Amino acid sequence: MSNLLNVSPSPHAHGEETTRKLMTGVIIALIPALLASIFYFGYAAIIVTATSVISCILIEYLIQKFVFKKPVTITDGSAIVTGLLLAFNLPSNIPVFIIVIGSFVAIAIAKMTFGGIGNNPFNPALVGRVFMLISFPVQMTSWPVPAGFATGYSDAVTGATPLAIVKEGLKNGEPISQLVSQIPPPSQMFLGNMGGSMGEIAAVVLLIGFAYLLFKKIITWHIPVSIIVSIAIFTTILWLINPEKNAGPMFHILAGGVLLGAIFMATDYVTSPMNPKAMIIYGCGIGILTIIIRVWGAYPEGVSFAILIMNAFVPLMNFYIKPKRFGEEVKNG
Amino acid sequence: MGGVHPPENKLTAGIPIQVLPVPTAVVIPVSQHIGVPATVIVNKGDKVKTGQKIAESKGFVSSNIHSSVSGKVNRIDSVIDTSGYKQTAIFIDVDGDEWVETIDRSDEIIVDIRLTSEEIVKRCLESGIVGLGGATFPSHVKLTVPSGKKCDILIINGVECEPYLTSDHRLMMERGEEILIGISILMKALNVNMARIGIENNKLDAIEHMTKLAGGFQGITVHALKVKYPQGAEKQLIKALINREVPSGRLPLDVNCVVHNVGTSFAVYEAVQKNKPLFERVVTITGKSLTNPGNYLVRTGTPISKLIEAAGGLPEDTGKIICGGPMMGKAISNPDVPVVKGTSGIVLLPRDESVRAEVNPCIRCAKCVSVCALNLEPYLLMTLSERGMFEKAEHERITDCMECGSCSYTCPAGRPLLDYIRLGKSTVIKIARERVVKQKVS
Repeated sequence: MSNLLNVSPSPHAHGEETTRKLMTGVIIALIPALLASIFYFGYAAIIVTATSVISCILIEYLIQKFVFKKPVTITDGSAIVTGLLLAFNLPSNIPVFIIVIGSFVAIAIAKMTFGGIGNNPFNPALVGRVFMLISFPVQMTSWPVPAGFATGYSDAVTGATPLAIVKEGLKNGEPISQLVSQIPPPSQMFLGNMGGSMGEIAAVVLLIGFAYLLFKKIITWHIPVSIIVSIAIFTTILWLINPEKNAGPMFHILAGGVLLGAIFMATDYVTSPMNPKAMIIYGCGIGILTIIIRVWGAYPEGVSFAILIMNAFVPLMNFYIKPKRFGEEVKNG
Repeated sequence: MGGVHPPENKLTAGIPIQVLPVPTAVVIPVSQHIGVPATVIVNKGDKVKTGQKIAESKGFVSSNIHSSVSGKVNRIDSVIDTSGYKQTAIFIDVDGDEWVETIDRSDEIIVDIRLTSEEIVKRCLESGIVGLGGATFPSHVKLTVPSGKKCDILIINGVECEPYLTSDHRLMMERGEEILIGISILMKALNVNMARIGIENNKLDAIEHMTKLAGGFQGITVHALKVKYPQGAEKQLIKALINREVPSGRLPLDVNCVVHNVGTSFAVYEAVQKNKPLFERVVTITGKSLTNPGNYLVRTGTPISKLIEAAGGLPEDTGKIICGGPMMGKAISNPDVPVVKGTSGIVLLPRDESVRAEVNPCIRCAKCVSVCALNLEPYLLMTLSERGMFEKAEHERITDCMECGSCSYTCPAGRPLLDYIRLGKSTVIKIARERVVKQKVS
């Protein structure tokens, strides 16, 4: 039998890429952010991340094994990515049972009910995060002040995030020029020395991850760049209209979850569009919605909602926005 | 524009062309080209000479077939060819190697082109010249510009973008001057005064060699191209060399150019200047486990097994024998099938490389979309074909697909994109034909 020749159709060669390798690449790109969160929030960051990753893996495994009764594909690494991203979207003092509930919503409801990897319309980590935000608003918005291993877990000292300071201040009629003294300077924000979700604060490490993803060709520039650029343009316009009522672009990009969202959440393969043209429109949609929510909405932060809303438009965009086909227009050079 | 970079594996790039000894028997299929199969004009028991016409072209898009050996016609029978389908073939037992007298067998290179352009086209038809890049489209058809169309430039394909294959590369290194004369002949036939040869950057020696030689020829220039599969595809090469985009469903002539391969140019030289019909070609025999891979000048009809023997015999671990390159070639089930005009190479893959990866769910990474050379959406075409939604697939231009295989190559989930796209494409073509028939009836 072994002497028989294989006669499968072409191509007879296959590239090196596999789903597992891509997911491993994303995990590697997230490691700098993980180290930064441990640096700022100490062992609490380890507890939260470990709980989230382990529950995501376990829940996916149990569902595949006992509900789907199909081969378990847990080794593809996608549950680890979801677990890491969910953890990065949480404050470091969040109780373990809430993380487990969030992981369950992310994996069981947002991913497995649709059939598992490749089929979910919404980003699982974000669905989990938003569920937690709505269900546990107090725990989800008490932000420990970064103090390294002195931060503590359940007894951490908390404070408002820069976005919340600005939102609250503007509501009370304080002008931006006065609020500036209460928020960290841009250099400290760039390094991540401020309150916020564990993985979103340090811009510098997220950008290292971005460079790695681009270098390894795991993602393309289209989505992250169009989100950041559209936020920059939109906030610049608002800032020019009234610099006392609207924070500038630098603040909006560095504060909150813009970079984490743009680089790691919005680029999720499954829930983002399939061609560059649609990717740019999707990215701009996320950027504009984020600022609309931040400036006019009830929440100080809008990245998660913006991405989930644009996720809903992805099938529609894939249907109507098509790449320009080769030979579509007669062109003579 | 998409494309992939499969490992080049050009193991035989530095190995000069050797002549494969004439086998004791050959099997010559009557259809070695795109179009109508040729009609057999010899009978069982007939004596034939090397270069003698043994099957005649039938219709405009067809080609003559010549005997590659001298000997006796053993029988006319059916054979399974490299495409995997049965077809008529002429079985000849070899006796000596007596060539038809009109063929000029001297080594002298003849530069002066004496034939007129009409005579050149006629000679190509008579000599059974077809495109040797793999598509085997009859060359005389491509040289006949229909009224209302014009051609202002000739594109010569020296890209050889398929991994492993080196037959065109070696031909350019060793027969560069003849190729250039062949190109001049093609230019004369098409009445153009400009020709561009495209060669990929992984063949620097060929680029240098051809550039040097081309200096002595009017209107021919050599252009180095970035290495990218599938750049050797006609439409992609035209885009790369003269930045014209052939419209969907149309031909190069619709953007005023014609594309020929370097191997074809050499065959045209031999046909026109040496009066030698097409009955032998350079074939690369290669594979990582072969002891003696190489490039051989092979008579058509020679069993592929003879070629493998010459290269050191079939390696123990062979899992796949590919006729052509690993991206678009065809796997054959029996090494005894004959070499034909379109056989550019034989690639032997070890068993571990011949088995496909496990198929996983699509993760919608869009890599197939970004590599598609025609900017189609392979993931969508696969799904539509899988679900039998052929009308939608037609609307999404499934028939534009040239089956280069970049999508399947790149898919991290190991999905058989091209398998399904082929199914959809052939079904859509069938439906479209039926529609035309219906319209004619009503």
